[in-house]
Amino acid sequence: MMKNKPDEEDYWNSSKFKAFTFDDEDDEFSRLKESKQAVNSIRSLVEEEDDEDEVEKVSWSGEPVGSKTSLSESSVKLYAPELRKPKSESKDYISDWSPEETIHRMQQGKVVSLERFRSLQDKLLLLDFSVRAHDGNIITAYFLIIDLFSFLCSEVLFRELESRQTALRHFIHYLTEIRDHRLLLELLRRDFLKSCLNLPFSPEESAHVQDHYTLLERQIIIEATDRLAEHAGKVEIFQKFPRRASILNMPLITTLYYCCFYHYNEPEGTYSSPLNIRHTFRISEKQYFVTVLAARAKLKAWSDLDALFTSRNWLGFTKKKSPLSFHRVVDILQKNSAPTQVLQEYVGLVDDADLRIGLAQKHKCHDIVINTYRDLKDRQLLLGYRGKVERGSAEERKINDLLDSPVRKRRNYDHHHHYQHVT
Amino acid sequence: MAAHLSYGRVNLNILREAARKELREFLDKCAGSKAIVWDEYLTGPFGLIAQYSLLKEHEVEKMFTLKSGRLPSADVKNIIFFVRPRLELMDIIAENVFSEDKRHSSVDFHILFVPRRSMLCEQRLKEQGVLSSFINIDEYILDLIPYDGDLLSMEYESAFRECYLENDQTSLYHTAKGLMTLQALYGTIPQIYGKGECARHVANMMLRMKREFAGSQNQILPVFDTLLLLDRNVDLLTPLATQLTYEGLIDEIYGINNGYVKLPPEKFAQKKQGEASKDLPTEPKKLQLNSAEELYAEIRDKNFNAVGAALSKKAKIISAAFEERHNAKTVGEIKQFVSQLPHMQAARSSLANHTSVAELIKDITTSEAFFDNLTVEQEFMTGVDTDKVNTYIEDSISQKDPLIKILRLVCMQSVCNNGLRQKVFDFYKREILQTYGYEHILTLNNLEKAGLLKPQISSRNNYPTIRKTLKLWMEDANEQNPNDISYVYSGYAPLSIRLTQVLARPGWRSIEEVLKMLPGPHFEERQQLPAGLHKKRQQGENRTTLVFFLGGVTYAEIAALRFLSQMEDSGMEYIIATTKLINGTTWIKSLMDRPESQAP
Repeated sequence: MMKNKPDEEDYWNSSKFKAFTFDDEDDEFSRLKESKQAVNSIRSLVEEEDDEDEVEKVSWSGEPVGSKTSLSESSVKLYAPELRKPKSESKDYISDWSPEETIHRMQQGKVVSLERFRSLQDKLLLLDFSVRAHDGNIITAYFLIIDLFSFLCSEVLFRELESRQTALRHFIHYLTEIRDHRLLLELLRRDFLKSCLNLPFSPEESAHVQDHYTLLERQIIIEATDRLAEHAGKVEIFQKFPRRASILNMPLITTLYYCCFYHYNEPEGTYSSPLNIRHTFRISEKQYFVTVLAARAKLKAWSDLDALFTSRNWLGFTKKKSPLSFHRVVDILQKNSAPTQVLQEYVGLVDDADLRIGLAQKHKCHDIVINTYRDLKDRQLLLGYRGKVERGSAEERKINDLLDSPVRKRRNYDHHHHYQHVT
Repeated sequence: MAAHLSYGRVNLNILREAARKELREFLDKCAGSKAIVWDEYLTGPFGLIAQYSLLKEHEVEKMFTLKSGRLPSADVKNIIFFVRPRLELMDIIAENVFSEDKRHSSVDFHILFVPRRSMLCEQRLKEQGVLSSFINIDEYILDLIPYDGDLLSMEYESAFRECYLENDQTSLYHTAKGLMTLQALYGTIPQIYGKGECARHVANMMLRMKREFAGSQNQILPVFDTLLLLDRNVDLLTPLATQLTYEGLIDEIYGINNGYVKLPPEKFAQKKQGEASKDLPTEPKKLQLNSAEELYAEIRDKNFNAVGAALSKKAKIISAAFEERHNAKTVGEIKQFVSQLPHMQAARSSLANHTSVAELIKDITTSEAFFDNLTVEQEFMTGVDTDKVNTYIEDSISQKDPLIKILRLVCMQSVCNNGLRQKVFDFYKREILQTYGYEHILTLNNLEKAGLLKPQISSRNNYPTIRKTLKLWMEDANEQNPNDISYVYSGYAPLSIRLTQVLARPGWRSIEEVLKMLPGPHFEERQQLPAGLHKKRQQGENRTTLVFFLGGVTYAEIAALRFLSQMEDSGMEYIIATTKLINGTTWIKSLMDRPESQAP
């Protein structure tokens, strides 16, 4: 339907772009499986935990697992477990357990020390084991995450995390849940949507529901990551342009705009890459261009726009083309206070001569007007326009030069005056 | 008595008086001092029936809005709840009653259900344990409310939705009941015409209800000669188009509710001499709009482009009248002038108000956005490019223009094309969902179900034939001195009104083929009148037709009917009734669904 679709498919399938995957399997099943894990972990927060184990799971503060208060209170007690633990276990306090054993003990509510897991590598290993154990025990992951979080706050190591998709998602989910229940609600909503996928929708409707679900999932991840980054204070763009609102629940195009604003130059494998979003949701080329244009113009990133519109043909020549009229492009640029040089460039690309002149005059793109009048070989218009440019400016000089230069062909009816003037 | 209701051919004050009488009777049943707790939704319609003064006459001392929690304290003997029969309101009432019990007050409780009692609601009150606390439980049957001398509305907002989306015919039942009440007061209507499924149902119910009253003949001389029942879905196009009459534009832009409009106050600020101009009013200016106001009655139905001339003409007349004071020399003449002063001052104030309103509207109608929108509407109405994606719509979506504006346009394209080509349909749907949010899929489904925005099933489009046969598009419509109903949309004659017009003359037999292309059956029924009541028509006397729009009617259509009424050779006068007064925006809104969304 969209004439560019074949291009998009080629792009999608070509080897030069890496498909983003969780593990190495890029299929619906593994994606849903991961989500299911994440959601199940969250679910444990909401539902009462059954005390089916003979070992009663208690938090560090002694309250039963599952109560929300225990989470917030426990943070302080992570590194001073000896004050809380039952006396009988004190001898187990400092021990040399493997990550696996450590996790196991934590899940049983027993005392552990995380001190030996110092490097990020170790911490991530712990997290991996926790996830693999996947019984959804929030407390385990919580402490690991607090540990990880304080580590990360001192160094921005998001890239490292990205390669561990699962851990990242757990991390984000758990961490931000503590800060904001709204996020949890969105997760639940997303889960509900996911279950809706099984209802008998028509193919088009089910595609829309699937898109809705995918979008929401993505928004949750982006929101959590960005909130963290903003808080950490190390990512420049968030300091310069603080986020005014959460992107949860925003429409797709709004989300795209947000990513074009904050995540434009990311590689295509990330959740927040605009190109990735474009392909995943099959956004039309026109919509994509309009959105990128608006976002980059707002940031005054003119070179990005240049790159966007420029395409190289197989001969290596570049030319500018656009799925939306350059008239519209100029409109959007002008709304974002683009400087005249930038406006001029795009006004010059408007096909229709009358429209071009009109725009050029409106936006004071003198060169274009002058050149157009020159091409039309119309002295009258040139003369008339001289009054509109600044006295002594380069434009005025240019007009004067043109007016003075001898011209072979004349169109105006006063040409014999000119000849009289010259000779 | 409400002055504006007696102007027309049919004195709707009778209806209003009947309603007032019933209200008085109920109030008197609850003897002693009273406080009324109002369901907010009802205050508007009730305001058209009775003012506070009437209530005061019957010992109503306080009035409150229905809210959960505790009732405000009131030193009265009775507390009466005026509510619609809705379950959620019953819960609130229960809360209120309990709160009073805690106070150990000796107040008597009563409920007045409007427009009908409901078993479900009374059951709910019983479950809550408060049913026995009520002394009087009554229903106040307020179906048709007179809005003007020729206009009745049920203000039943969900009628269209209930009928066409939810297959719920409750509104049709109320309509039939309302028509029975009308006939009780104004006589049996001998002829019933109709077009549409709902029209058929209403007619059937009316006939059945009449049979149930067999034996008691209605002896009132019939005021109405004909009843015409029209389904809204026979003409889905008209409400989508932007209305271009003065009143229509006021409704489109600001919204007229219960005969009132709220306007931005800046232009109405009184500039008094010596007063600081800093005190600009912040409250919106509320204007009452009905035919009691002479100037308004003159200009309301004009095409907006003709209003300016009318206002300036009026200004001259009023100025001249004021100048007359110089000619008043004798005491008698001065006295006469002074006695007319109030009327002249009212006229001047009316002129000032409407000049301001016209200015406000002009700001909108002269804007590029308005013009571009109208251009696209007219392209669709004349059948231009209805099979392609429209660039203006596409651009408007990407600029994130208000969603309802987009929906009106795409629905219009769909209706004028008898459904959109699959590719176009998919494209619009996707663009809308991606730009405004996936949650709107519910709304889009509703619009499809209602027939407003659907994919083309067969490539047969009957609209051009209908347009040609019924002359729906009149090039060169005369806006200043119209000679045809198409002036209300500057070229487009509302389909519903054309059908009404043709029914009167030459009759529907002449358009059988076209009628078959429109949804639903068309029919004619006759109701027996008692002997001796058949009207002997005088020479040149007009017939009266009640046109009932099932699912809503616009002010522009009302203007068109009034135009037909005053046309020289029409021989017909129209009274208009409807389930709801609508415009494109309120209509589409009633079909929108949003899942509970949390604000981020």
